[in-house]
Amino acid sequence: MESININQSIAKNAQFIEEIGIESGQPVQKCYQCGKCTAGCPVAFAMDYTPNQVIRMVQLGMKEELLKSETIWICASCSTCSTRCPCEVEIAHVMETLRIMAGRSGTAPAGKAKYVEVMYDALLGTVEKYGRTYEVGLVLNNNLKSGKLFNGADMGLPMFQKGKLQLMPSKVQGAAEIARIFAEVRKMEGGVK
Amino acid sequence: MRYAYFPGCSYHGTGKEYEASTHAVAKKLGMELVTIPDWSCCGATAAHGKSHLLNVALPARNLAIAEGMGIGEVTTGCAACYQQLANANKRMTENQEIRDKVNKVTGKEYKGTLKVKSLVEAIGSIDPEQIKAQVVKPLSGLKVAAYYGCLLVRPPEITGFDDPENPMFMDNMMKLAGAEALDWAHKTECCGASLGVSNLGIAVKMINKILKAAVEKGADCMVVACPFCHLNLDWHQKSVNKQLGTTYDMPVFYFTELLGLAMGVSPDELGLKTHFTDTQKVLSLVG
Ligand code: SF4
Ligand code: SF4
Repeated sequence: MESININQSIAKNAQFIEEIGIESGQPVQKCYQCGKCTAGCPVAFAMDYTPNQVIRMVQLGMKEELLKSETIWICASCSTCSTRCPCEVEIAHVMETLRIMAGRSGTAPAGKAKYVEVMYDALLGTVEKYGRTYEVGLVLNNNLKSGKLFNGADMGLPMFQKGKLQLMPSKVQGAAEIARIFAEVRKMEGGVK
Repeated sequence: MRYAYFPGCSYHGTGKEYEASTHAVAKKLGMELVTIPDWSCCGATAAHGKSHLLNVALPARNLAIAEGMGIGEVTTGCAACYQQLANANKRMTENQEIRDKVNKVTGKEYKGTLKVKSLVEAIGSIDPEQIKAQVVKPLSGLKVAAYYGCLLVRPPEITGFDDPENPMFMDNMMKLAGAEALDWAHKTECCGASLGVSNLGIAVKMINKILKAAVEKGADCMVVACPFCHLNLDWHQKSVNKQLGTTYDMPVFYFTELLGLAMGVSPDELGLKTHFTDTQKVLSLVG
């Protein structure tokens, strides 16, 4: 974890808390740092900032640090935090919003976060092309892009043997409709590569 | 009972046993599952990382098609697809502005008249006596740890049924099938979901905790209602053993597989031979 100049950060991003509040729909200002979200978070052990730290950093306007963090990508979206927060902050929504903001701002995820983004892109790539997820395509594409070529390779063979990896993608007839959805979203919102 | 049925992308790949056993059990229970014509991916696990709008629009196309079928209720076995469909449905029925915007993106009009149920909820809403009447081979003596994971039960304002911290609907179903449902602590602990693909090193530690808790309670097997949970607990069990030096050998079933067995459906028809962790010891236990 890098050291952070809090004063400078607050001055620079005073409106950040409002921005997150609006986009995520969550009352982030209400958090009083009880730590319950972090106590129940199954991924906290692998995060660079814990969930309660993330919420505090939002309150402090530490946008850059958050958009660069691995936490927002490796969050498993399990909503344990959201279900337990006494202030009704859906932390999982805040994580999701930060992830989408990071994408929009062009902040390149690093370390463990990179593999998550590569997987998202590979998955959405197959959906845009075929309308459905194509698991072989996903595994190969993902491994190629992340450079972890043999990630899960010793698993791939048993998958084939059990007849669990299709060799051909199944394509929806309305593939043009799916392409339209992606195109419209790009036009309105951006964020999808 | 008729449902518009959403198979989900794992239906003939990693989750094919779930698909096979779902149809076998539905037939026994007189449930008609009508596949949504030309259904497409709901965007689970990826769209929420990229765009709020895409995350609603991908499931919305399916809702719009399903609404046109005139059935009224949609169901799906996959917990992740269920959550995507239920979330899009909630947003679009509660907020006219979102509905109009999403309909513009999909080019299809969804009016917001559907109810979305997970398959466990759909089967769970059948009269228990009717389920029991189909049980011809009770799973007597089988100790089952029912694992719900996250997406079926959280966040409660989307999933909206049963207790998010201590759900019982699958336990109750296992009891109807004659098995013993164990009281254990890790029912709703997250298995890591897609971290099993992107960051296996993190996922194995999460999976390990869950398997350990089930073993400590003396479970003969685990039962799940999601292809992702199944992939992580069954397929990645070997990775856990390899990376953490454990020796797990815990069969993991879809709840429909165990229901099917109890209803006298053959193990082959249910797909019990294509699991990664051998199911034979449970099969011999229940004869
Ligand atoms: S549980 Fe809620 S109030 Fe407590 S630290 Fe987390 S976000 Fe803040
Ligand atoms: S949703 Fe993310 S931050 Fe919240 S408990 Fe789950 S993994 Fe942790």
